[in-house]
Amino acid sequence: MAVWRQVLWKLLRDRATFLGASIILSLILAAILAPVLSPFPEDVFEFHTANRLRPPDGVNYFGTDRMGSDILSRLLFGARITITIALIAVGTAVAVGVPIGLVAGYYGAWPGDLLMRVSDIFLAIPQVVLAIAIAQTLGPSIENVILALSATYWPFWARLVYAETRSVKNEIFIESAIALGASPARVMILHILPNISSAIIVRTSIGMGATILTAAALGFLGLGAPPPAPEWGRMIAESRDFLPEAWWYATAPGLAIFLVVMGFNLLGDGLRDILDPRIRRAGGRND
Amino acid sequence: MTELLAVRDLTLGFRTDAGLARVLDGVNLTIDAGQVMGLVGESGCGKTTLARAVLGVLPRNAAEIAGGEIVFKGRDLLKFSPGALARDICGRAITFIPQDPYGSFNPVFTIGTQIMEIMKWKSPRRVTGHWSEHAPLLGPYPAERRRADMETVVALLDAVQLPQPAQILRKYPHELSGGQRQRLMIAMALLPEPDLVIADEPTTALDVTIQAQILGLIRRLANERNVAVLFTTHDLGTAYEICDAVTVMYAGQEVESAPTDRFFAAPAHPYTGKLLASLPRHDGEVAGIPGEVPNLVRPPGGCRFHPRCERASEACRSGKPPAEMLDPGHSVRCFHPVRPAA
Repeated sequence: MAVWRQVLWKLLRDRATFLGASIILSLILAAILAPVLSPFPEDVFEFHTANRLRPPDGVNYFGTDRMGSDILSRLLFGARITITIALIAVGTAVAVGVPIGLVAGYYGAWPGDLLMRVSDIFLAIPQVVLAIAIAQTLGPSIENVILALSATYWPFWARLVYAETRSVKNEIFIESAIALGASPARVMILHILPNISSAIIVRTSIGMGATILTAAALGFLGLGAPPPAPEWGRMIAESRDFLPEAWWYATAPGLAIFLVVMGFNLLGDGLRDILDPRIRRAGGRND
Repeated sequence: MTELLAVRDLTLGFRTDAGLARVLDGVNLTIDAGQVMGLVGESGCGKTTLARAVLGVLPRNAAEIAGGEIVFKGRDLLKFSPGALARDICGRAITFIPQDPYGSFNPVFTIGTQIMEIMKWKSPRRVTGHWSEHAPLLGPYPAERRRADMETVVALLDAVQLPQPAQILRKYPHELSGGQRQRLMIAMALLPEPDLVIADEPTTALDVTIQAQILGLIRRLANERNVAVLFTTHDLGTAYEICDAVTVMYAGQEVESAPTDRFFAAPAHPYTGKLLASLPRHDGEVAGIPGEVPNLVRPPGGCRFHPRCERASEACRSGKPPAEMLDPGHSVRCFHPVRPAA
């Protein structure tokens, strides 16, 4: 596929996008290789109270926490939780939102209006508040965080796909396909969806960052995975009692969250430019 | 010649805020097998609507078919179930060449992907009655048939004078010129070996030299393959060049239908006469037709042309003139047709 080679090439040439992609790639590698990379993998679930609150040194690169566990090791294993939450929550939101937006946008009339009004209701409530309410009601666990996040995120994709579908469905090539006898399902899946996929990909990448941020916020509030799971948001929450003396305690997970969210945003921004040939990025190197 | 398509008394309207706009009001049109029929008229007279009605792509929520029939090969298309229409007629027996070749390709797939996708479902080699006709997203495309279809495609691209077909198939629509795209559209319309091609102003978006080539191509291929063409245009010169017969529409009704030579030599309807007189002359003078196309929500009674016609009488204001056969193949709807000086 020549297109994909071209996309990959542009991705490598654009510094910001490349940085974003590298961060995301490192996150995925960290999650997969956590047992190999972490200096003290057993520390995730074990205490060494004698070592508690050690500042960063040659043994514990990011210091230790209140239980004496190595923070770096916990961070690496925490990447697994972060990726799991982000992938499943965003995946569910896309799987629910995209078909709803597609059907509503294609058929219009009252079914479309109904679906869009429902998504409007979800959008009217501040997303974090709704997620907190759902997670609080269901009790703290990773599953409930995922459920809360996907329940609050799907309208973003429904709205986006709805608007894009509305604009594409009046194109002549759609009419041509219908005139050639293509069924509605065929038109939606094979003709409209490929045309709007770049918008969905971009939204999904940026949405991953937002989801990780919200998941961390839920963890911070104690609504995420129960301890001792190495959830980044919860690690920051635990560190509050030891600030400002144990500065390293909050810094490491804070930086991790910051880098990952920035990575997804940079990647999403870059993908928008790469996948849409109509927009030419001004600052980057282009020929 | 055998009658391929007969539109009889087709009446349909679009719901608008002002009321029902009767875009087609008792239209009649017949096309014989292998005949190139020109459908001529001013903008807004219903040419495109009629073409779309035959194709079955009228917007379902806005259009209301009030009566009439569209008989294709002896069967009324309006009585078909949508599934059967999609399977047997649309894209198989009736195909079309769109007006604007720029928007007619899906921009995200290569030309080859799009053509082979059509061939997969509409190729004359396809097996009918296969289960996949009911699951159109999953159907298999046997490699052997694919290869045979590919050869047909390359041969036809050659026939529409597109050099280096293999390269063109690998390109994306935006990498081709308008003329190339319209040639591809013609090729795609002919690939399923249809009986009727509907060409809706296929050359409007092209410049004049390409126009002439494309028209010649349509004419030649229609003759070679015995395909009937319904060719809508507002350009009488175009109609003269490639059509066997011409039907003139005015405000949703057909007013005159005649073989091309009769049509240009002895136009019988006053509107046809004025239309021919409105062609720019070589001295640069242009004669317009006074008045304007009537409001279709409240059309004038009787003959719809009477407010602009100097031959109009009381009869024209009260009743719609019946179709009168002047000659074999030459019919006119007028109480006071222009008779050639004998």
